Amino acid sequence: MDLFSNLALGFSVALSPFTLMLAIVGCFLGTIIGALPGLGPSNGVAILIPLAFTMGLDATSALVLLTSVYYGAMYGGRISSILLNIPGDEPAMMTCLDGYPMAQQGKAGEALVLSGVASFVGAMFATIGLMLLAPLLARVAYLFGPAEYFALYLLAFCTLGGIASKNQAKAALAACIGLAIAMIGLDNTSGMPRFTYGNLHLMDGIDFLVAIVGLFAIAEVFVFIESHGRDSAVGVKLEKVIIPWKTIAGSTWTMLRSSVIGFIAGILPGAGASLGSFLAYMGERAVSKDKETFGTGNPRAVAAPEAGNNSAAGGALIPMLTLGVPGSGTTAVLLALLLTLNITPGPTLFTDRPEVVWGLIASLIIANFVLLIMNVPMVKIFVKILSVPPMLLLPGVTMVSFVGIYSLTGSYFDLLLMVAFGVGGYLLRKLGVPLVPIILGILLGNYMEDALRRAMVLSNGDWSFLFSSYIAIGLWIAAIGGFVAPIFLRGLFARPKAGLTD
Amino acid sequence: MASDRIFGLVMILMALAYIASAFQIQTSFLADPVGSKTFPVAVGIVVILCGLVFMVKPDGEPEWPDLRTWGRLAFAVAVLVAYSYALKPMGFLVPTVFTAGLLAYQITPKPAAAVMAGFGLSVGLFIVFRYGLGLGLQPFPKGLLG
Repeated sequence: MDLFSNLALGFSVALSPFTLMLAIVGCFLGTIIGALPGLGPSNGVAILIPLAFTMGLDATSALVLLTSVYYGAMYGGRISSILLNIPGDEPAMMTCLDGYPMAQQGKAGEALVLSGVASFVGAMFATIGLMLLAPLLARVAYLFGPAEYFALYLLAFCTLGGIASKNQAKAALAACIGLAIAMIGLDNTSGMPRFTYGNLHLMDGIDFLVAIVGLFAIAEVFVFIESHGRDSAVGVKLEKVIIPWKTIAGSTWTMLRSSVIGFIAGILPGAGASLGSFLAYMGERAVSKDKETFGTGNPRAVAAPEAGNNSAAGGALIPMLTLGVPGSGTTAVLLALLLTLNITPGPTLFTDRPEVVWGLIASLIIANFVLLIMNVPMVKIFVKILSVPPMLLLPGVTMVSFVGIYSLTGSYFDLLLMVAFGVGGYLLRKLGVPLVPIILGILLGNYMEDALRRAMVLSNGDWSFLFSSYIAIGLWIAAIGGFVAPIFLRGLFARPKAGLTD
Repeated sequence: MASDRIFGLVMILMALAYIASAFQIQTSFLADPVGSKTFPVAVGIVVILCGLVFMVKPDGEPEWPDLRTWGRLAFAVAVLVAYSYALKPMGFLVPTVFTAGLLAYQITPKPAAAVMAGFGLSVGLFIVFRYGLGLGLQPFPKGLLG
């Protein structure tokens, strides 16, 4: 069968000692990144991209390293949720609700093991789903012309803005800021400079890595300076870790149900892992017989969001790899990595570079087993790392960011630009403007414009060409729906805390 | 309320400036039906619409930091800007001690610990970058130690 020969190819790439080592290092770093509050998967992966690039890793190795970090961060996020009631990253928020009460009842070890296993089930489910679904979707993606791609990019912005943010206008603004920044530099089609104002540094445009590291990592430093590092991890305690076989067995169906929910949420463009864990939690609460114990330390309420968020993390890779449209903030950062490595995601990736795709899938499977070992028997190591004081962590992140960008471009101008993005990111965060659409805009801006212009060249300037196929019309409807519907659904979504009391 | 109104106004002004400079883009002999201006102008128009929404329907006031915190943030920005300029001519070690130390002090105001953090991060990260990852970082100003 096709699948097995592809997998064999993948494992032949992924099982080389060097790649295996990268996967292990990536998993380790990822779990730390996920566990430390203030260092989420997006900024964790973002600051590592320039380093991976300057180390001269080839495409497959860099991708293996950073997707291991990505998966690892999804596992790690739960550790601080359970022990400190501070989500290590956004998707781990739902794990706080029942994980922390479990820890307060002295069952921290049990919660950590259970959520580790749930993470494994979710991630494994999603990886298998990715393996089966991605090649199919890649085949469908061949039907996409420029008009369809234009609508698809629009869909990504609309759903990302619609679902992920509290204010549609602010999400739309964020996307436009990103698109506006992407226009800077030489115009791909005509070769004329745009918005460079005679500045030679701007001729090549703004490197999206500079923007990503600035918006995520540097802005985070400012947030920590403001909060005085008060979220510091003091008094973490974990006595013994036992494996609660009975609880795990009792949550089997919970994990599987939540994996399915999370996986679907992950595939939807713009939804991502946070929505996956939220929906998994709510879904589990809806079907369970002991609803009233949710929020007081119900083990199944710990397993559900963790399986959901890890499954969504895997699902979000599907649109990113097959269509080049990321489904979440972190996959947007991974897309930046692919573009930096000169790999254009999309259907052709599966036929032209099978070793990249299947090597990636194989190493995700390996990473899952590595992560299961790291996060269940070895979880104590990470609990120790949690007590790193912010005064070391945040300056450390800053220095890694500076060195990464500096070794990538060697120009002080890009460092200044990165600081400027950091300041801008801090202010926008304060004003409630989401940052992920900005990144997506910078990444996809030129592709989106090119799609529009190619479509118009094909149709000789007839704008109705944009709506000329059923796929395109479907995407436009989905885009408008994805942007408008959350206005009415807001009462249901985005208010997990309120949902607990009723 | 006020923050969002001001923000909306600033965004509208910036969008107008953006659209104005979009019209300055020179046209090339490689013409296509859409051209280099349409997309940026459309983006600018959407920004203006968003700005109008903020002015008409502002969100609640965000929690702005107090004046002292603003001072600390401005200081941190100044440190980072100085660091950007210093990294190339001064080498990695010396500017990093100062930058890391000052940032650490801004996050947790304990002078002794901050000095330690500065030295520790500078030397530690240098070893990791130079010998662990093999990046070609200059430790000291060029010409001082070769």
